[in-house]
Order: sequence, then structure tokens, then C-alpha cells
Amino acid sequence: MSEEVRKREKTVTWADVPKMNMMESLYLPAIAAGIGTTVKRIFSKNETRQYPEVEPNIPPNYRGVHRLNRDDKGRVKCVACFLCQTACPANCITIEATSTSKDDPQWADRDKYPAKFEIDELRCIYCGMCEQACPVDAIELTSIYDLTGMSREEMVFDREKLLEVYDQTSGTGKDPVRTKRGVLGPASDILKEQ
Amino acid sequence: MMDWNTFWPLSVAMGIVLAVVPIAGLYMTFIERKLAALIQNRVGPNRVGPAGLFQAIADGIKIFLKEQVIPDHVFKPVYVLAPTIGLICAMLSIAVVPFGPTPTEPPTGFRAIIAPGVDIGLLFLLAISGLSAYGIILGGWASNNKYSLYGAIRSCAQFISYEIPLGLSVIGVIAAAGSLNIEQIVAAQGPGLASWNVWWQPLAAIIFFTSALAETNRLPFDLPECEQELVGGFHTEYSGIKFVLFFLAEYTHVVTVSFLTVLLFFGGWHFPGLDVDTGSTLTAYAIRWCVLLAKVALVVGFIMQLRWTLPRFRFDQLMGVAWKALIPLGMLNLAALAVVLTLDISRWWLAGISLFLLIAAGMLNVSVSKDRIEGRSTSSASRTRSSSPKEQWEGSRS
Repeated sequence: MSEEVRKREKTVTWADVPKMNMMESLYLPAIAAGIGTTVKRIFSKNETRQYPEVEPNIPPNYRGVHRLNRDDKGRVKCVACFLCQTACPANCITIEATSTSKDDPQWADRDKYPAKFEIDELRCIYCGMCEQACPVDAIELTSIYDLTGMSREEMVFDREKLLEVYDQTSGTGKDPVRTKRGVLGPASDILKEQ
Repeated sequence: MMDWNTFWPLSVAMGIVLAVVPIAGLYMTFIERKLAALIQNRVGPNRVGPAGLFQAIADGIKIFLKEQVIPDHVFKPVYVLAPTIGLICAMLSIAVVPFGPTPTEPPTGFRAIIAPGVDIGLLFLLAISGLSAYGIILGGWASNNKYSLYGAIRSCAQFISYEIPLGLSVIGVIAAAGSLNIEQIVAAQGPGLASWNVWWQPLAAIIFFTSALAETNRLPFDLPECEQELVGGFHTEYSGIKFVLFFLAEYTHVVTVSFLTVLLFFGGWHFPGLDVDTGSTLTAYAIRWCVLLAKVALVVGFIMQLRWTLPRFRFDQLMGVAWKALIPLGMLNLAALAVVLTLDISRWWLAGISLFLLIAAGMLNVSVSKDRIEGRSTSSASRTRSSSPKEQWEGSRS
């Protein structure tokens, strides 16, 4: 480009084809240098991880398969408040609530619990808004990333399956790390701490 | 009629070629994938068999069992025939290439060449290698697809251009041996290291290797089949076994080119210190065979390495390399060779002249390309200025 054009077009960043020098225009030294580079690569350490044998180290704040946490008595921590279902942008959570009776010693300190809690793992977009919405830290996303299944039906996780995921992942050192939120419902750990 | 004594060595040689070349082709794809992986800091195929060694066989079985798809819009007879023609041309050129050590005396018993003692061997080879573009052109044309046709047209231009430097570069070799017979050419290069053609004809060797590489359609020169611009080029419409035939043809070309490079310029089965002068014992024969195959393997490896090192030429660059660099250099080299051979001075003069020609070409390239870039930029700048509507408007106002 000529100088006048350069001066007129001030907003344009000009890039020139670099001029070839003597060694480059002979081609052969450049080709030899290129081959030197690729040969060096052959003997350098390769970066491949042999995946199925060597698993990647997934950070604990990864958003993978959901789990339903248990409270200190081993019951489902969820209080069936429907906040996660409301927050879910993909409409993948289905909850049916049941009220507890005060006579039942097992549920004496709780008002409500989910009779049915289903998450369609295929609809879920793993955004993590359900665990943000949850007032009692009952629903959490684990670092399980390799979820597979043979049918659509088995990818709809019910309450027992979600609790199973909790049993598999809790205490393994890979528990999800989440920010503590305010004190709410009776199933919350934070209430107990205070 | 052919009698038994000439028939059985011929059959054995043909059997070896027909059995080894497809398997070698399969395994070359495997080695190429492995090498590519290593160059890119990966591992490469390692699942099928020990160290992935059966990957080639698995690929072969898979591609044999694939559905035979023939698109509706192709010209069927030519479409079906094209891969076969490509492979036949590739295989034909192997007929005169010795794939093992062959003595120069008249043929008796087994010789490691299909057609022993062909006096026009190299000429035949050049002719057939020109024909090998035929399969590609037919395939691209019969596919009835503009990308395939573009690939075919490019390959046509490429083959025509690179035939010439290929022919020019082997003349020196022929003149040195006084024969077109490849076995004689190899015999003329024995036994010492200094008598290899590459040392005193380095420029011819470079030109030969470059143009031969262009004839194989491999990466620095793979314009007929570039994936990015031509969605695969001439083989876009091919799948399954027909696709394999095209690729077998390409790998057969690689094998042929590697053999030729070794036989014409790197002393064939000669290696200093390893030359057992009797040549009749089985051990000597085996050693020579090993030397030849080792050299060929090195050249094949080098071709693969080049593929993963160099980017593809642009089409004008491709033509420029042939017509502006290789052909003039080849002609000048030929003139120098004629002078050296006529004056009967030491052959090493030619090595010096080759080097001088190469450097002179580089210097010419530097000075010419500088002018060309500057000239183009001024003219394009003036064009933009005159055609800018804003300036025209301003000019008409003042």
C-alpha cells in the first residue's frame, strides 16, 4: 500500500507480507528447519491422557449429575419448597410434596418432604440454578461428568436414584464446594451450626 | 510361448509385488497416523492389538465391508472404472523397478523385478507415471461434481508441469550410467559412497525428488485432493473400496518414488563396507536387500515427515515452483552436465555448479520478488484511489 493510502486510512491496521531474505528464498534451509522442528516434536513428551484408564481431575465446583443430600438422620434433606423447580430454566425438575404428620416420630421436626422428586437429566442444561435456589442445600451438582444410559426413561432420575448419587459421592473428598447461604428451613445444616 | 524357466521367476516376482504392495499400503497409513500423532504430541492409534499394530487390518476389514455407494448423478462406467485405472497405472510403473538386488548378467532364475533387463526402463516409467493422472482425471470428471472436477483439472495441470522437471532431472543419471536400464544405473553407482549420483548431482536429485513428490499428490502438492477448499477433490463422491483403490494408488506411488530416489541417486543396494563383492551367496543377497529396503524406508519416512512439516502450496505457487524454478534450474543443470561430460573434467565440478545455480536462483528470487511486491502495491493503490466514489465526488465538486 502506498503512503497516501496509509495516511488517509488511519483506523486500519496495516499488515505487510514480510519480504523474503536470501535464506528463505532458497526454500531448502527453511524446509530443513521445519523438519528439524517436527523431528524434535517426535521425541518430545506427548500430551495425550489415556482417558478411560486415566480419569481427569475434575474440580469440585464442576456442574455434573445432581444429587439430593440427606440430613443428619439420613432422611432426604429437601423440604419440597418448589424453589428449584421454579428456578429451573429447562423445566426438568418435577416435585410432588407430602406433608408430614406430627405423630410420626421420624418426621416430627419437619413439615414437608418430597414424595416424588424427578430430574430429567437429558433436559437439564446443568446451569446450577437449582442449587442456587435451594434454601436448605438439598440439591447439589456433583463432579460426575460421564453420565450415559441406554434409554430416555433411565435418564429420568427419581428421588431414590438422586439419594444414591449422594451416597456415592459424599465423603469421597469430591463433595461439591458451594457458597453458604442464609439460614432457612429446619433441614439446613447452617441452622444446626448456630 | 513362454517356457517354464522364464515363467516361474516372473510369477514369483508378480506375486510378491501384488501381495506386498497392498499390505505395505495399509501399514503405511498406520505408520503415517502414528508419525502424525507423534509430531503433534499425541499417541496415535493404540487400541487394536499390541501398540495398535492391528489397526491397519481393522481399517482394511472395515472399509471392505462398507456399503458400495454410487451416487445417482455420476457417469457410471467411468466412475466405476477410474479407481481401477489409477491403481493399474500405479502398479504398472512398479514393473520395471527392482525391489531387490538384481545382478546385471542375463536373467536366469528369480530376480527381484517383474520385467528384468528392460532397456527402456526409465523411459517406460516416465511414460506410465504421466498416465497415472488418468485415473484421477477420469474419477473427478465422472463424479459430475464441480469440486471433483476442480481437483481433476488441478491434477491435470500439476502432472503436466511436473513431468518436465522430472524428465530433465533423470537425464544426468542416464548419461552417467549410459543406459536407461535401472539395474545398470544402480550398477554404475557401486560400490563406494562417492559414486552415488546424489553427491555430484545434488540439484538433479532435489529436482527429481520434488517433482516426483508432486506426482504422488502428497501434502505439499496435494492440490487435487485438498480437503479444505475442494471438500476432498477428485474423491469426494467415492467411498468404500473404490476410495481405497485411489489411496492404494497414492501409496503405491509413494513406494515407487522412494524406490526410484534410492535407485537413481542413493546407490540402490550399495553401501560402503556392506558390499559383499561376490554377490552370489545368499547372505550377500540378503544384506543387499536389507540395505535397499532400509534406504527406501528412510525415504518413505522422509516423505511422511515432509507431509506433516510443510503447508500446501497455493495453486499459483505450485505452478511457479515448476515453471519458474524447477524447469529453468533443470535445464541449466543439464547444460552444466553436458559441459562437464564433454570436456571430460572431474565430476565434482558439477556439484559445485549445482550449488552455485541453487544460490543464484535464490538471489534472483530475492531481487525479483521485491520488485514484484512493490510494483503490485503501487498499481493497486492507484486503482483504489481513482475508483473511490468519495474522491470522485470530491474531485467533481472542486
